[in-house]
Amino acid sequence: MSERFSWPRIAAVIRKEAVQMRRDRLTLAMIVGVPLMQLFLFGFAINVNPKHLPTAVSIDDPGPLADSVVAALENSSYFEIVKATNSPEVARRLLDEGRVSFVVEIPQNFSRDLVRGLKPSILVEADATDPAASANATGALQAILDSALRDDLVGPLAARAIQAPSYSLVLHPLYNPESITQYNVVPGLLAVILTMSMVLMTCLALTRERERGTYENLLAMPVTPVELMIGKIAPNIVVGAVQSALVLCVARYVFGVPMIGSLALLAAALLLFIVANLAVGYTFSTVAENQLQAMQMTMFFLLPAILLSGFAFPFRGMPVWAQWIGEILPSTHFLRVVRGILLKGNGALEIWPDIWPLVLFLFVAGGIALLRFRRTLD
Amino acid sequence: MSAERAIDVKGLTKRFGAKTAVNGIDIAVPYGEVWGFLGPNGSGKTTTIRMLCGLLKPDAGSGTCLGFDLLRGGERIKREVGYMTQKFSFWEDLSIRENLEFVGRMYELGDYRTPVDATIARLGLERRQHQLAGELSGGWKQRLALAACMLHQPRLLLLDEPTAGVDPKARRDFWDEIHRLSGAGLTVLVSTHYMDEAERCDRIVYISLGNIVARGTVANVIAQSGLFTFIVEGEGARRPAQKLRGANGVEFVSFFGAALHVSGRDRAALERALEPYRGDAGIAIHEAVPSLEDVFIQLQDEGAAA
Ligand SMILES: Nc1ncnc2c1ncn2[C@@H]1O[C@H](COP(=O)(O)OP(=O)(O)OP(=O)(O)O)[C@@H](O)[C@H]1O
Ligand SMILES: [Mg+2]
Repeated sequence: MSERFSWPRIAAVIRKEAVQMRRDRLTLAMIVGVPLMQLFLFGFAINVNPKHLPTAVSIDDPGPLADSVVAALENSSYFEIVKATNSPEVARRLLDEGRVSFVVEIPQNFSRDLVRGLKPSILVEADATDPAASANATGALQAILDSALRDDLVGPLAARAIQAPSYSLVLHPLYNPESITQYNVVPGLLAVILTMSMVLMTCLALTRERERGTYENLLAMPVTPVELMIGKIAPNIVVGAVQSALVLCVARYVFGVPMIGSLALLAAALLLFIVANLAVGYTFSTVAENQLQAMQMTMFFLLPAILLSGFAFPFRGMPVWAQWIGEILPSTHFLRVVRGILLKGNGALEIWPDIWPLVLFLFVAGGIALLRFRRTLD
Repeated sequence: MSAERAIDVKGLTKRFGAKTAVNGIDIAVPYGEVWGFLGPNGSGKTTTIRMLCGLLKPDAGSGTCLGFDLLRGGERIKREVGYMTQKFSFWEDLSIRENLEFVGRMYELGDYRTPVDATIARLGLERRQHQLAGELSGGWKQRLALAACMLHQPRLLLLDEPTAGVDPKARRDFWDEIHRLSGAGLTVLVSTHYMDEAERCDRIVYISLGNIVARGTVANVIAQSGLFTFIVEGEGARRPAQKLRGANGVEFVSFFGAALHVSGRDRAALERALEPYRGDAGIAIHEAVPSLEDVFIQLQDEGAAA
């Protein structure tokens, strides 16, 4: 075929898309508005370090140490004792009913056993339906109990305090291996926000032309599928860059997320991730018959991209099949890259295992788009 | 394959599901001629034109457009053909100038500003060039689209009802321009529902239900139709219309102002049907050459009856 790759034609498409985008007020507003909204909604909702969590204590021990444990819990501001009882069953029922998030159970003879060095256990049951909510409190628990008991173990018993731990803390049920912290969530939001808006930006790229009747005109012109794809994707890279800058600024200055690694490296990874998602959206638009179908495909992609990427649930906590799906998705890899660079200061070498899957994904998505591109109206 | 034919296709067929929209049509248009493409709504004009410029893949048939194979030379054909869609297909959220400049860049006209400026000037749209195309009136949209598809100086124009909704003056300007360009070698295939436009064409092709049922010069088509037309004129001309419609030998009756055109293929039967009215006061009956419209209406009635 006597086709020639033409940069001026790509530039022409880019220009056209940019002008159309500029005139589309709603899209313009969404480019800035949606990321901000998501950041603040998700960022604050998930990140607020929850305090004053309702707690029930069940104390079956008359000794003084139990009292100091209760006092220490109350003082910590993480826990708010809403019920003190001597019946573990009563406390458990409160947990079942969702009236409390924690039950702290101090067993019979706790003080005596502690003094005798028998290592009694404190059982803490946590409502794990929202692990993120209680993670910080749980994390603080050990320290709170330690200091409470240390203060009380005076005189001859001080030795017990030093040869810690003099008691055992039993946490029930077990927690997710990855504790979700504020720093983890906001960088993760970068992946989620970009996935959503980038796929949405291009999923209508061709569908819209088709529905407006301009596709016929476009096809009658000597533009090649590759030129059209590049021309349609390129202007949205700027949108992705703006959104990334926005999210990173908010992450830094509002949420105080540390940024240890190289920002240039992050920018390079971002570019790859943005283009990969734009390619997915573009692929949808080559397949979809109408805008509704394009949106449905987008939703079909976004849900796993958000839920199975390790953003919503700890990746290694998911069932194996879900992890397999997750490994295919760009958001999963980018999530690791962005957390790695920002929080751990990872370099190019460390992030490479998550970079090549992104490259591969980009080529597969772009390839499908070009294969599916219809040069005729059939 | 013929080098002196701008369009040379044979057996062009297109099916949509079980429906055959275009059924094995042959068209051969020599360079520099202006051909009219006519036929009732849904007869397959748009479908045929789309196949000619590579926008639809024919289910059967073959041929060349500007010497390039229809099935394999798609990209070359696109570069040298100007196609104007029936439905406005420019970008309504781009301005007039932006649309034209986009076209200029797509066809890689190195200096696209000159033709764009010239086009805008010719349309008289200098003061509105920054207005969005979507804000133009229907007729102006047509005129913009027409100008845009000629911007890259194509050698073949495929125009799908280019003057629908365009005012008479602009229509005349359009046809003057078409004839000027065809004098310089441009080939044009233009679909239309207007009789006067058909009469301006070198040749016409009439398509019905996907089949070509008449072709040739206007005079040819009229002669081939075998149709005879009598004109009933005068004050009382309208009175017999109702009765004539059912009469033997009368195939159709149509009003032209105060006059009545009574047509049929059996001249003797037609005469007999008109006989009772010949003496009526205020009625004059005389035979005339059937108009193209009469012929088309007959063709369309035949198509519907088939
Ligand atoms: N994409 C399509 N899918 C299914 N049927 C189609 C499609 N395009 C056209 N048709 C059918 O093919 C037939 C021919 O349509 P076409 O548009 O070519 O007619 P036309 O001669 O251009 O009519 P008009 O004068 O109304 O523009 C019609 O019956 C139409 O319904
Ligand atoms: Mg049509």
